[in-house]
Amino acid sequence: MISLAGRDIQHAWGKFVFTGVGLGLLIGVTLTMAGVYRGMVDDAKALLDNSGADLWVVQQGTLGPYAESSSIYDDVYRSILGMPGVTRAANVTYLTMQVRHGGQDVRAMVVGVVCGGAGQPGQPGYLVSGRRITRAHYEAVADIASGFKLGDRIRIRRNLYSVVGLTRRMVSSSGDPMVFIPIKDAQEAQFLKDNDAIVQQRRRTAANPLFNRPGVPGLLDAVIASQSKNPYVNAVLVQIKPGLSPEEAAEPIRRWKRLQVYTRDQMEEILVGKLIATSAKQIGMFLVILAIVSAAIIAFIIFTLTLGKIREIAVLKLIGTRNRTIAWMILQQALALGVIGFVVGKIAATIWAPFFPKYVLLVPEDAARGFMILMVICVLASLLAIRTALRVDPAEAIGG
Amino acid sequence: MRFPSLNRRTLALLAVLIPLAALFIYVAMRSGPLTPIPVTVTLVETRSITPALFGIGTVEARYTYKIGPTVAGRVKRVDVQVGDRVRAGQLLGEMDPVDFDDRIASLGAGLKRTEAAALTVKAQVQEAVARKTYADAQARRYEHLMQTRLVSEEMAGAKKQECDAADAGFAAARASLEAANQASASLRADRDGLITQRANLRLIAPVNGLVTARDADPGTTVIAGQPVVEVIDPTSLWINVRFDQLRVSGLIAGLSVRIALRSQDGHELGGRVFRLEPLADAVTEETLAKVVFDALPKPLPPVGELAEVTVALSGLPAAPVVPNASLQRVEGRMGVWLIQNNTLRFAPVKVGATDLDGFVQILDGIQVGERVVVYSRRALTARSRVQVVEHLAGVSP
Repeated sequence: MISLAGRDIQHAWGKFVFTGVGLGLLIGVTLTMAGVYRGMVDDAKALLDNSGADLWVVQQGTLGPYAESSSIYDDVYRSILGMPGVTRAANVTYLTMQVRHGGQDVRAMVVGVVCGGAGQPGQPGYLVSGRRITRAHYEAVADIASGFKLGDRIRIRRNLYSVVGLTRRMVSSSGDPMVFIPIKDAQEAQFLKDNDAIVQQRRRTAANPLFNRPGVPGLLDAVIASQSKNPYVNAVLVQIKPGLSPEEAAEPIRRWKRLQVYTRDQMEEILVGKLIATSAKQIGMFLVILAIVSAAIIAFIIFTLTLGKIREIAVLKLIGTRNRTIAWMILQQALALGVIGFVVGKIAATIWAPFFPKYVLLVPEDAARGFMILMVICVLASLLAIRTALRVDPAEAIGG
Repeated sequence: MRFPSLNRRTLALLAVLIPLAALFIYVAMRSGPLTPIPVTVTLVETRSITPALFGIGTVEARYTYKIGPTVAGRVKRVDVQVGDRVRAGQLLGEMDPVDFDDRIASLGAGLKRTEAAALTVKAQVQEAVARKTYADAQARRYEHLMQTRLVSEEMAGAKKQECDAADAGFAAARASLEAANQASASLRADRDGLITQRANLRLIAPVNGLVTARDADPGTTVIAGQPVVEVIDPTSLWINVRFDQLRVSGLIAGLSVRIALRSQDGHELGGRVFRLEPLADAVTEETLAKVVFDALPKPLPPVGELAEVTVALSGLPAAPVVPNASLQRVEGRMGVWLIQNNTLRFAPVKVGATDLDGFVQILDGIQVGERVVVYSRRALTARSRVQVVEHLAGVSP
């Protein structure tokens, strides 16, 4: 049996393939947009995964440390370590800032971690190069997306840090690469301002007669010293005993330590549901519109392809071809166009995804779902074309 | 004639579609969950490591002398400036004596007056002595004459009474002299005390040293104990170093250290741990130690300069060693990923000492010669497919 569709495609295969490729690029854009959305959500989840924590202990009444600022005393972790079910607790600070390297600066999230070695909450889970921080000061492990290399000297606020290790996919919820530094330095970076600000603060304090009394020598020094301290961290990351439910461990801390505690699920809800909600919805909206536009374009292409063959279809009808055969031909062509488009789109999306500045996550399930939707759209579009084709008057083949 | 042309078109179509399909399969395999994770591996080797400790501290002077008055007053003059070298005993400044000098002069005058009065009393004593000597002689003569009955008993009695009166006069004059002397001594002591206090208003350098602060200028009123000038002993510079308590085991006095001053980036100085402080900082969770320079740098580093101190501990006996990048915590257990027959296995390990170059001794859990994952492109699980590579793509070796 001769495949009518195959024969027709062979007849004008260049036109057919190039239409498919063009369609594919459009599908590629749609898939990429879905990838951008997935990447955004994945960035938020990566942030949680990377912290290696089961519980986040933050300031009471805040959604910290990612969605809101939170500060708690840096010795709180000691009392948390004594709570039931807690195996490890570590201070952590987060500060999104510009990290200077050479003449340029890179936007990064500076994470202050306790240098207890691997496996401590907050430490990067794996490295792609170099080593972990071994000195308690002035060493950094950076995400490879920051563009830093091993041995680079980077400036974070007042101090220079040596990049000793590189890691990957350690990003903040907004996709900024993370730079891990020892917590003491991070506390200083978060609190100690530039030199001018410090000098001005000292001058202001000295100008305040309450703090600079002639009869109390040493008071001014004491006040300035107390102003130059930062006994705060943003959160305490807690790992709990395996097998214990996070809520079981969280409740006593909430109740007795008067601190807010979030479990992994709650944190994900905060990050995905609150922090990136608007931008995710923005992308989602765009994705929906793009999908509708793509569907419309696919439908029009198939429809116009069929209209272009209206004369040939009339001839087929004239020679007595059955309607079913003509309908099957159009459907086959539409599906073939869809398959080519999907293949091209998937390839294109995969090729250009790594070049995006932020993470683009192409999920196979998304691709499968896209393929199904594409096929449905092709079928629906071909139905419209089939209806038009079957209404063709065979006389048109010999007329005009 | 139709067949070849049809064939050519089919071939052309296939020539486009087959590479497209191949590319699609390649792309599907290279991205997504099917992709093997590239990892780099290393062999566990046995070697000795030299653990080291790292701390930061500030340059401090061991001896700081805060020189100020012991009573409240106004600064009269300050002779030294910050940066001046001073000798022990050198006059650094002086407090305003107010009326000290007048009071000393007044006491001096009073002393002279009492001394003059004492001279008068002394003359009176001499007179009393003369009168007493004469009265004694007369009394003795009349006594003798009375015995030979040349004079009456009444006359002898009168002479005896005169003699007793002269004795009393003498005693009174001597007491007056003593009182005058005591008055002089008291005034002299008062004057000497004032002179000492006056000298106490002078600010004197207690040691050879370097002036580091001049806290008050002439005319300033300072209270008792408030420093006017600060002097340090520049030969006593040391570094107050803080070590994170997590990594302080093995730190003892006497260990040699390398000191990097912040102002001299890259240039390291030698030194040794002088003392481990018995009191740690409970708030910052740091152990404090004092580190002294082997030889003081020239020029002297400013007090308060930041310094990084690296303490090299003695080398440990050889043991299996892995890079610290290979250590992971999986389900609460510390361990490493081993590659055996191209499959991953997580081996929990017991971690020993570490050095600053990122090597960790493994006390238990793996054997020498096993292949351990160092770097991986993604987090690993027991079901991950891995591909061992020389170094990860996109990372300079």
